[in-house]
Amino acid sequence: MDTAIRIKDLNVFAGKTQILHNINVEIPKNKITVILGPSGCGKTTLLKCMNRLTDLYPELKVSGEILINDKNIFDPGADISKLRQSMGLLSQRPYPLPMTIYNNIAYALKLRGIRGRRKQHVLVMDYLKQANLYDEVRKRLREPASRLSIGQQQRLCLARGLAVNPDIILADEPTSALDPISSRFIDEKFQEIKPHFTIVVVTHVLRQARRIADNVIFMYMGEVVEQGPAKDFFENPQEEKTKSYLEGMFN
Amino acid sequence: MYLLNRQQRHVVNSSWMLFSLLIIGFLPFILFGGLYFKSFLLLKTHTLKDLIFLHSWHPSRGEFGFYPFILGSVWVTLLAILISTPICLLTAINVTQYAKKRFLRVMHPVIDILAGIPSVVYGVWGILVIVPFISRYLGPWFGVQTMGYSILAAALVLSVMIIPFILNIMIEIFRTIPTELKEATLSLGATKWQMVKHVLLRKALPGIIASVGFGLARAFGETMAVLMVVGNVIKVPHSVFDPGYTLPALIANNYGEVLSIPQYDSALMFAALLLLAVSLFFNLLMHFFIARYNKY
Amino acid sequence: MKRTLKAEETFFRILMNITTGIILIILGIIIYSVFEKGMKAMSWEMLTSVPSGGYYYGKGGGILNAIVGSLVLAFGATILAFLIGLPVALYMNVFLVRRKKLVNLIRFILDLVWGVPSIVYGAFGFTLMVFIGLQTSLLAGIITVTLFILPIMIRSMDEILRTVPIGLSEATYSLGSNKSELAFKIFTRQSFSGIITAVLLSFGRAIGDAASVLFTAGYTDNLPNSLMEPVATLPLSIFFQLASPVPEVQARAYASALVLTVIILIVSLFSRGLGKRYHKTKINF
Ligand SMILES: Nc1ncnc2c1ncn2[C@@H]1O[C@H](COP(=O)(O)OP(=O)(O)OP(=O)(O)O)[C@@H](O)[C@H]1O
Ligand SMILES: [Mg+2]
Repeated sequence: MDTAIRIKDLNVFAGKTQILHNINVEIPKNKITVILGPSGCGKTTLLKCMNRLTDLYPELKVSGEILINDKNIFDPGADISKLRQSMGLLSQRPYPLPMTIYNNIAYALKLRGIRGRRKQHVLVMDYLKQANLYDEVRKRLREPASRLSIGQQQRLCLARGLAVNPDIILADEPTSALDPISSRFIDEKFQEIKPHFTIVVVTHVLRQARRIADNVIFMYMGEVVEQGPAKDFFENPQEEKTKSYLEGMFN
Repeated sequence: MYLLNRQQRHVVNSSWMLFSLLIIGFLPFILFGGLYFKSFLLLKTHTLKDLIFLHSWHPSRGEFGFYPFILGSVWVTLLAILISTPICLLTAINVTQYAKKRFLRVMHPVIDILAGIPSVVYGVWGILVIVPFISRYLGPWFGVQTMGYSILAAALVLSVMIIPFILNIMIEIFRTIPTELKEATLSLGATKWQMVKHVLLRKALPGIIASVGFGLARAFGETMAVLMVVGNVIKVPHSVFDPGYTLPALIANNYGEVLSIPQYDSALMFAALLLLAVSLFFNLLMHFFIARYNKY
Repeated sequence: MKRTLKAEETFFRILMNITTGIILIILGIIIYSVFEKGMKAMSWEMLTSVPSGGYYYGKGGGILNAIVGSLVLAFGATILAFLIGLPVALYMNVFLVRRKKLVNLIRFILDLVWGVPSIVYGAFGFTLMVFIGLQTSLLAGIITVTLFILPIMIRSMDEILRTVPIGLSEATYSLGSNKSELAFKIFTRQSFSGIITAVLLSFGRAIGDAASVLFTAGYTDNLPNSLMEPVATLPLSIFFQLASPVPEVQARAYASALVLTVIILIVSLFSRGLGKRYHKTKINF
């Protein structure tokens, strides 16, 4: 089993309070890894560390290593734009860019370095189809993306995330604001594209985790309590905290 | 008050509140009605088109062409907006996106103090600093002989006066853009500058336009500071170094002496009515612009 | 591509730092030039006496008439505006909480009249004054300035009162209070510091504005002694003294400007000391 992301001794402080304690995690390649844990335990923060969105918060101090392709992303010389392009991000609520539906995807292509109208057009259509959005928006490609429904917006964000041609997909509770049908679509999409991507999903919903996870990381109060293949984790948890979490004690 | 029982007190308080509310609700209409009533004398004998487009201003002969004043006001206002908009926009981006958070705490009192300085003091500053600067350096530099009291001087002073007003709105707009939108943009591999240029500016655009519109309305009616440095010469300005005259200055300068000519009095009220109309118009326009934009 | 982007960013960042610097420097220059010029002509006599016979030719005397006049006028207008404004703000947030549309309409109207230039209030005030048969006087000045600061006062209070949590109203009703008790006892207490900030903001506007008192308050060399007499104000004393051809008198205009600036700075220092910075942003996204 190959490892896509290797996190070593990751510590994150916000001022004096420590948000993440000594995280050591391996995320396997071409699998869906689900990060579970009660609210406030640091799941989002861990995810943001992976593509260095923590840089946006000057109050957060990060130490440790995150290795992707054996390169530490915190190296001073690392190309952050490239790094972020190698990861598509899907957040809790969709944030379409303030542009047309078409340009939301075209902009991602532009950042990736794809020029030429024809080529762009073909790819935009392709990504819209991949996100199962094409039929709904075919006639309104030049409308502002903000006019789409929330579920459509989230699928647009998925298309946009795929358009940067990433190896890894980071998703932070991607379905929590969606209707059941859109949620279901996203889950199935993840399953479908799994062979080509490494997917990391944060979720609160145990049922969803059971359905899609190959691998689970369970966090509690900023620490990783247990990690391993989903089967072992759900059927034979080792730690007391995990057991009580699975029994619904924390929710 | 305490002679009354609870119920009576409630009635008194409520009716007092309602009465005050009615005064406020009707204030714009009362303002408009009062000024219109007073300018009626002038409007009876002059058409609106003549008043606005004729050049000659001879109150004693009954000639009331507002064109020089209107044009003076427009020049000063537009120039001021042209100067302060880029300054405010760049500063707002700097303060909200690039500078340390602490810096915003320096900027807020600066904005508040600039906003609180009275108009007359800005005028004094204009006379002390801007006017000599124009007559001694800027004018000669462009090969123009000028006293310094000019459209440009008024525009410069005015641009400083509206900076706190526009900057305050712009900072608020950039601050309220959700961090998640920035995260989404950066995660596509955009650099910070690309994010600012392609996403944040676009997101903020309607707000930026609105802030400039509000600034415009505010600048158009500014009286004392402009009056003190604009030169107060009744002629259509041809260059920014020419002295000029603005509508508010017209009212302020002439009020004492007009009571002898009823039409003159009426003309100044008409000037006030014009100012009121411009202010209401721009504010209304911006409100509807925002309301419309917010639907999406 | 990357290189040009980087260069562009560097260019604009330099520009941003320049514009930010310009704003800071301008404030510095304003304060400095007013203080530097003002201190030269400043004297104890300036602050403590009224103009003597030959004052406007450079003889002795001071601007006590204008200082006291401005303070009295601004206090009067602020109190009057408070008496009308607080009830309106309370009414909007207690009695009309459920009428969202109506409250927003009132806010909209207030924002409109907030934007009306003070010279328009001045002209209107004069018309009103003639209409009800008043002379230029302290009273006419107070009425005009009251109209001018009312929207500022109400909207600032409204912005504060809006933030009072609904739970508080519910708790108070459940104790059997009626609406006006809720308004005057609970809301005012809860938002006390914010209300004071609004009052100080309005006071600062009232004392600094010249255009609204130009025709209504008149000018006099005496201290104010009656509501029906004209009253001197600082902004106008600056304006009139500057127009004088006598250099000594002009210099005193600078000293008067210094006095006004210091008063404004003290007021804003007080409201800053109260904490909450009040933003008025009409634009919500
Ligand atoms: N920028 C920050 N500054 C200070 N504290 C922060 C910051 N970001 C996160 N925290 C704190 O770190 C802890 C973990 O936050 P995080 O958002 O990672 O939790 P989470 O597991 O994603 O929770 P949820 O399931 O509710 O989304 C929280 O207590 C939060 O308050
Ligand atoms: Mg989270």
